[in-house]
Amino acid sequence: MLSRIAESLFWIGRYVERADNTARLLDVHLNVLLEDPWVDEPSANASLLAVMNCQFEEPVSRTDVLRQLAFDSDSASSIAGTLGAARENARRAREVISTEVWESLNITRMDLRRWNRASQPHEYFVWVRERAAVVWGLSSATTSRDDAWHFMELGRSLERADMIARLLMTRNLEGTTGPNWTTLLRTCSAHEAYLRTVRALVTEERAAEFLLIDRLFPRSIAYNLDRAETVLGQIEGAESNRALAGRARLALGRARTNLEYSPVREILDDLVPQMQEVQRACATASDLIRDRYFLPAATVTWNQEAL
Amino acid sequence: MTADDDHTPWTGYTPVAAWDEAMDVEGAVREPYARVYAEIDRMSGDDLYSRAEALANTYLAQGVTFDHAGEERPFPLDIVPRVIGGDEWDIISPGVAQRVKALEAFLADVYGSQHCVQDGVVPRRLIATSQYFYRSVAGIEPANGVRVHVSGIDLVRDQHGIWRVLEDNVRVPSGVSYVLSNRRAMSQMFPEMFGAMGIRPVLEYSRRLRAALAKSAPEGVDDPTIVVLTPGVYNSAYYEHSLLARTMGVELVEGRDLETVNGRVYMRTTAGRRRVDVIYRRVDDEYLDPVVFRPDSALGAPGLVNAARMGNVTIANAIGNGVADDKLMYTYMPDLIRYYLSEEPILPNVDTWRLEEPDAREEVLDRLDELVVKPVDGAGGKGVTIGSKASPEELEQVRQQILSDPRGWIAQPVVQLSTVPTLTDEGLEPRHVDLRPFAIHDGDDVWVLPGGLTRVALQRGQLIVNSSQGGGSKDTWVLGGVRHRGSGQHPPESRVELSGMSSVPQTAHPEDYVAGQQAQQQQQQREQGGEPC
Repeated sequence: MLSRIAESLFWIGRYVERADNTARLLDVHLNVLLEDPWVDEPSANASLLAVMNCQFEEPVSRTDVLRQLAFDSDSASSIAGTLGAARENARRAREVISTEVWESLNITRMDLRRWNRASQPHEYFVWVRERAAVVWGLSSATTSRDDAWHFMELGRSLERADMIARLLMTRNLEGTTGPNWTTLLRTCSAHEAYLRTVRALVTEERAAEFLLIDRLFPRSIAYNLDRAETVLGQIEGAESNRALAGRARLALGRARTNLEYSPVREILDDLVPQMQEVQRACATASDLIRDRYFLPAATVTWNQEAL
Repeated sequence: MTADDDHTPWTGYTPVAAWDEAMDVEGAVREPYARVYAEIDRMSGDDLYSRAEALANTYLAQGVTFDHAGEERPFPLDIVPRVIGGDEWDIISPGVAQRVKALEAFLADVYGSQHCVQDGVVPRRLIATSQYFYRSVAGIEPANGVRVHVSGIDLVRDQHGIWRVLEDNVRVPSGVSYVLSNRRAMSQMFPEMFGAMGIRPVLEYSRRLRAALAKSAPEGVDDPTIVVLTPGVYNSAYYEHSLLARTMGVELVEGRDLETVNGRVYMRTTAGRRRVDVIYRRVDDEYLDPVVFRPDSALGAPGLVNAARMGNVTIANAIGNGVADDKLMYTYMPDLIRYYLSEEPILPNVDTWRLEEPDAREEVLDRLDELVVKPVDGAGGKGVTIGSKASPEELEQVRQQILSDPRGWIAQPVVQLSTVPTLTDEGLEPRHVDLRPFAIHDGDDVWVLPGGLTRVALQRGQLIVNSSQGGGSKDTWVLGGVRHRGSGQHPPESRVELSGMSSVPQTAHPEDYVAGQQAQQQQQQREQGGEPC
């Protein structure tokens, strides 16, 4: 697989997953603003933007949040921006992705125009989640499990781990009590799975444990870190022991074991730094993957003089 | 709408002063179009427009678009197909093949011993002054002798219905992707007609191209790695590059994906370097190798020409082909066909004045207002002046250009291109078209894609059809294909064979289709239990 194509596939995976999770996160945020009677909206909004690593000027209104995270078509943090970027990357990798996946991404980008700022945000978020599901469904049904699949899957699992960590950080937003754990579980589509697995009412520790380290649920952080590690191993294949990829797995593995082997109470008391640690591990891994697979060491450039 | 009953999309269609391919001057439908005419005749005008809109929407969804002022528009495909009879194709196809063979022989000669110059067929000056004659590639011998792997020979039909060659394209002719995607879209739109008309298929193009490229691989390479080299995603033909790579099942690379080491070409992959044997390049000569050509080019890879010279990689089409599709060289093509092939040209040229010859120049300058003047190296309809439509200032400018650079220009009489019915805002109207058939040369044989790209000028009276000048396209149907589908009559033994095919039962959840019992019981239970309390 060409390095350039692999990079595009990796980012398609990340962008689509980011759009999906941003929609979930915004949906729950708007809900909190509605339901929390003592909410200090501007600071809640500001700290949400901080969680998503966005620039902002206070006071931040609800419209600002929606603009920056939902509708801005030039930002790598907004739904519209990431869906557009996913489609651009798909165009670059058009000959390796299947026609079905390409058309689903292309149509998604075209239909984005229908959603303007004034329309019901909740419907928009539902639509975004649906489109992401269509993309994943088609790609899982039409892609060979070769490197093309692996790089997309790698991007997707890294992004999902990162975004769930950000979502959990909203538990401690400024100016509001934040979403309760049942809401967080619902946001991750995890409430039913939780009830079946834990067979008990939602308690803080149990719910946190489920979203952090459940080994079987596909939207827990540890599950996705583990998935990324496995995929990295598959990409390396026979030629393992290559230092850079090994280091990427190391970063992910350390973050995962830290969650798995720490008492859940400890993590909860220290939630924000712990979640930032997860995000940092994902970023480090992403950089190392880029260095190893996307930018070969010996890049020759011509010095622009004719012989 | 209160249209009367005999109002059809054809009402009001009248051919203009040119050969109309669907209708003769008396208004009778020509034979190849009979079926298409009847089919459209049964539709209402609205139906035709809604089909045209559906066509545009599939192109949007598939991403078959081009950028127009920052907005993505579907590539314009007209709803009315262009039909070419099988008998006409039997002239075009060998005519194009003959042309390609002559061009191939000419290029081998030009970059070899130049017999054609010694024998006085072509003046040496003409070759030496061609902008696309590259000394740097002289002596590079392609592996199976092919330089023109893919060519597009532009044809037009004059007012008498005679097919003529308008120009040759042997550098990087584009447009074949639109032939392939037009066909896919149209066959979904008019399945009835496709079943009945016996249209020759075009989809084997990619397979043929791949086979031809594989055959051109360097000596000793059994299973060559083929790549398509594109300038990048912002190139206007990027859709075509990716479609060809996808349908051939090869990698699509950009210049930065390639590197040359010790005269060998490699591409950068996630698993390290991988050797490349055949490059189907869609980058112009000028940009291909900064060592030999433009040093500021980032679209090619340094060292490609050297690798090709060493015979380690095949570049298709070969570098330097531009010397053969120069529009001045075009005037020598009939002679070259006779010289190399000892055959008479099957397809005539359009009459052309060589402005280097003083007599011709004088005549042209006198009649400038009724002729067409073209630059010899132009493409995409750029720089073309149609005398009858130009202002006196423009004509004066052309006159000066010709006087200062006679080698750079040719003049031709205005060819009234043939017309084909086309859907416009005012209903069906005749519009001028040309045809670009594509030919693939694999070293043994020249295969001509049945059909090719029909470009149509969408504005009334417009004679320049290039898409960069606001042209559209049509699906081109060549009749006379063999139908492989089973006909209505089955031989009597077919039933027996069918029953011989044993079937494995499809299973289902046991409770779903067998046990109506349980459902009945549950229903009864509820009825007997009466109202819940």
